[in-house]
Amino acid sequence: MSRQVTVAVNGKSVSVPAGSTAAVAVAAVGLSQFRTSVDGEPRGPLCGMGICFECRVTINGRAHRRSCQTVCTAGMEICTDGP
Amino acid sequence: MSTKAADVVVIGAGIVGAACAWEFAREGMSVTLIDSGAPGGGATAAGMGHVAVMDDSEPQFALTRYSQQLWREIVDELPDDCEYETCGTLWIAADDEELAEVRRKQQAYTRRGIDAEVLDAAALARAEPNLRSGLAGALRVPGDLVVFPPCVARWLIAGATECGAQVRLGTAAVEISDRGVRLADDSLLPAGAIINATGHGAERLTPGLSLQPRKGHLAITDRYPGFIHHELIELGYLKSAAAVGTDSAAMNVQPRITGQMLIGSSRQTGQESTDVDMAILGRMLRRAMEYLPALARVSTIRTWTGFRAATADKLPLIGRCSSGQRSSQGRLYLATGHEGLGITMAPGTARLLVDAVMGRESAIPPEPYLPARLEKGDSA
Repeated sequence: MSRQVTVAVNGKSVSVPAGSTAAVAVAAVGLSQFRTSVDGEPRGPLCGMGICFECRVTINGRAHRRSCQTVCTAGMEICTDGP
Repeated sequence: MSTKAADVVVIGAGIVGAACAWEFAREGMSVTLIDSGAPGGGATAAGMGHVAVMDDSEPQFALTRYSQQLWREIVDELPDDCEYETCGTLWIAADDEELAEVRRKQQAYTRRGIDAEVLDAAALARAEPNLRSGLAGALRVPGDLVVFPPCVARWLIAGATECGAQVRLGTAAVEISDRGVRLADDSLLPAGAIINATGHGAERLTPGLSLQPRKGHLAITDRYPGFIHHELIELGYLKSAAAVGTDSAAMNVQPRITGQMLIGSSRQTGQESTDVDMAILGRMLRRAMEYLPALARVSTIRTWTGFRAATADKLPLIGRCSSGQRSSQGRLYLATGHEGLGITMAPGTARLLVDAVMGRESAIPPEPYLPARLEKGDSA
């Protein structure tokens, strides 16, 4: 069995396989809206390779981090701004 | 086919030309505004849109204050895309020497009726928690405001059009002659008065102005609402802006109503390329981070450059141009040379020109800005 890493998404604890990105953790708690666009529309991962910037979340207090490019570390706090 | 002469032809649809077109049209004069490109596509789109009262000299103070009063008359009518906000300015003093200058400025501003207060180190830290510790204080000028200049230019042009002004974009002026303005297609626009408001390129149509293009860089960040609350400028900016012939970078960071921040500012002379220069950009960003260390954790999404039109005495060229007198029969007026204050000074510039063309008295003395002061002796 692969090693697991535990992070928090909007305060909710979730374990994902080591090496997973923050985007995986957000999806693992059942969220598809990672952020809200300027016009109020839901946004989530699109390209999955760091180009489109649609999957931005706040990680450890730092806003506008690309969840698809950030590997989970133990205790990481991930916050979406969607419902 | 003969073209009926316009009372005024304004060349250049940046914010200065747009303000001129609007003011002349509102006076009931027939106006044609021409630009080789899009409205507000030059320095107007490159600048920060800070409308600030400045006191480098008495004439600079008079025109920035007058202009800011005129800005206040229109801001409530501006559409949302003009991003108007009265955020105020903090002139940051890093040490006691600069704090002494802050106190001097505070007295100079209040003596002339401009609200300004001195913040001590603790008050500054409360006002802007993201500033580094150890700063001496600041001058807070609460009435300074910010706008998004290209959209203001567009709004002014729309207002001029409503008053009957003709707007011809994509139309380059190639010569100002005794008969009017000759265009790139060799047609002629006859004019009663001609306003050259083409920024740092004004000498292409009116040689001999000794304008110096000063390149500037800006960066804009992603949205971080509440990161800063005022336009923050290091007091040393004034020295940086005044220095001639040397490259300089000073901390000047502005909050936008979107939550984004504009990060400036740099000044370079002798540059022609519009390319971003990574060395000076890096210097500028490092300077900003010296004051706002948390900027290191912020994403910048775009950088760009623009050219200010600088004059030898740091005042704009506003009024009748005597050096072009023979070829244009005294009908040529200038509205350029504003350096970094074109947005601030646009409304006052337009009023001064309307007064000059109509032979009226102005609200402030126009003499300090008249082009004749810097013109060379050979007024051919």
